[in-house]
Amino acid sequence: MAQVGYSKKVMEHFMNPKNVGVIDNPDGYGKVGNPVCGDLMEIFIRVKEDKVEDIKFRTFGCGSAIAVSSMVTEMAMGKPLDEAMKITKKDVADELDGLPPQKMHCSNLGADALHAAIKDYWVKIGKIKPEEAKPESHEGEEGESCGT
Amino acid sequence: MCGIYLDHQSGCPVDPRVEEFARHYSCIDFGNPSALHSRGLAAKAALEEARGKVAELIGAENPECIIFTAGATQANNLAIRGAALRNAARGKKLLASQIEHISVLNPHKDLKKGGFELDLIPVDGMGVIDVSSLERLAGKETVLASVMYANGEIGTVQPIKEVSEIVHREGTLLHVDATAAAGKIAVDVQKDGIDLLTLSSNDIYGPQGAGALYVRPGVRIQPVIFGGGQERGLSPGTENLYALAGFGEAARLARLEMAEESRRLLAIRTALMDEILKIDEAYLTGHPSQRLPHHASFRFSRIEGESILLTMDAMFNIQVSTGSACSSRTLEPSHVLLAIGLKHEEAHGSMIMTLGRQNSISQVPAIASAAKKTVERLRALSPL
Repeated sequence: MAQVGYSKKVMEHFMNPKNVGVIDNPDGYGKVGNPVCGDLMEIFIRVKEDKVEDIKFRTFGCGSAIAVSSMVTEMAMGKPLDEAMKITKKDVADELDGLPPQKMHCSNLGADALHAAIKDYWVKIGKIKPEEAKPESHEGEEGESCGT
Repeated sequence: MCGIYLDHQSGCPVDPRVEEFARHYSCIDFGNPSALHSRGLAAKAALEEARGKVAELIGAENPECIIFTAGATQANNLAIRGAALRNAARGKKLLASQIEHISVLNPHKDLKKGGFELDLIPVDGMGVIDVSSLERLAGKETVLASVMYANGEIGTVQPIKEVSEIVHREGTLLHVDATAAAGKIAVDVQKDGIDLLTLSSNDIYGPQGAGALYVRPGVRIQPVIFGGGQERGLSPGTENLYALAGFGEAARLARLEMAEESRRLLAIRTALMDEILKIDEAYLTGHPSQRLPHHASFRFSRIEGESILLTMDAMFNIQVSTGSACSSRTLEPSHVLLAIGLKHEEAHGSMIMTLGRQNSISQVPAIASAAKKTVERLRALSPL
């Protein structure tokens, strides 16, 4: 039988999201999405010994956008930055036991916001140049259509 | 699974009295109404009784004006395609309000692909049709105009009598989708001057899978699906006797109880609106007074509607609806909310509450408190 609605895991993360909030003076900060498209996500990271020591998020969006944010922060917490950088949208969706097809783009946002925060940190410490930190997807940019 | 159900616009429970009445026609007088034996004749009698009851609800000239269909979508398609194609000799122009239901807009758009011209009539910020646009656009070549009686998403009731007078000046046919309005407010096809009117059974607490199109005597339409001669050949196929018998009974009950029930719902609705609009940055959508008595619709800034729906359901066991893009299959925000001038980011934060027979005034504090906590919870998560 086809899955009806969200998975149990999506609902758990939606109802009890982990790592909500902000980090003052974060080492890295990423923001993706656009309120016009109905989702905007921001991720803050604190880095220690090249690992994600702390991570927080705030999200405006639907149930899957909030669940994805919570899940991606859980997956990244404590990981070396190089490994956190490898977390893909598919990894996030899989960890949530799947997302409805029309909501898969929400999982882009989570991975993108995480990667943006890590790149922001790398720019700050001079590991990469600012132009290398440009966003991976163009989710919700001005003039583009929303969704997948 | 008790909870508080506030999504009657999407689906109503079948009234137990209707269920009791209709059950007889699924197991005792279950015959095919076209059959000539006694079981068939009993079924035919039940069908005609239902037709009479539905006709009475809307003040139709006679029961024969009622064409039963398998729901409002089919009735809308029959009205629009059936009238436009049958009367195309008059002209090939069509009109529809911007906030029509998708089952009205899509047949119009399909006819446009087939060579008709379609103009959409705008509405104002409260969802009331711009009658001056209608006046300008309804001409000699306009074959059909579709203007809904009331809108299910924002509750606004249209000035149908005025619309009818304008549309009829040049002889254009008026199609009115009364799915959301019938049984909630008085609908009288003769007083209102309506040529074609769509009804749904489930929206008045009848079984799902039944609806009707009223066709004013003298108005000619053609079938859009083909089969046997049932429903004057305009809606062929063996009748769904159980659902239609129930629809008739639901129409009878609605007619008898509507005035009192609507007063009761209006009192609940008013209290609910007063409470919810106390929430910071909460706004009403639709018209404050020219609206359906059971209908309360809002938008909240900085949060998203699907999250509102899920939180209200999972945390408080209260079922509401939303016009948010994220809750739709297409990820497009509601065309109704955009038509009343909301920006995309505003349209995302909508919540619709539609009251019904099982709701009571005593539920208002719990609903208002749940809405307040839901909004607070989601704003605490929001970066906006």
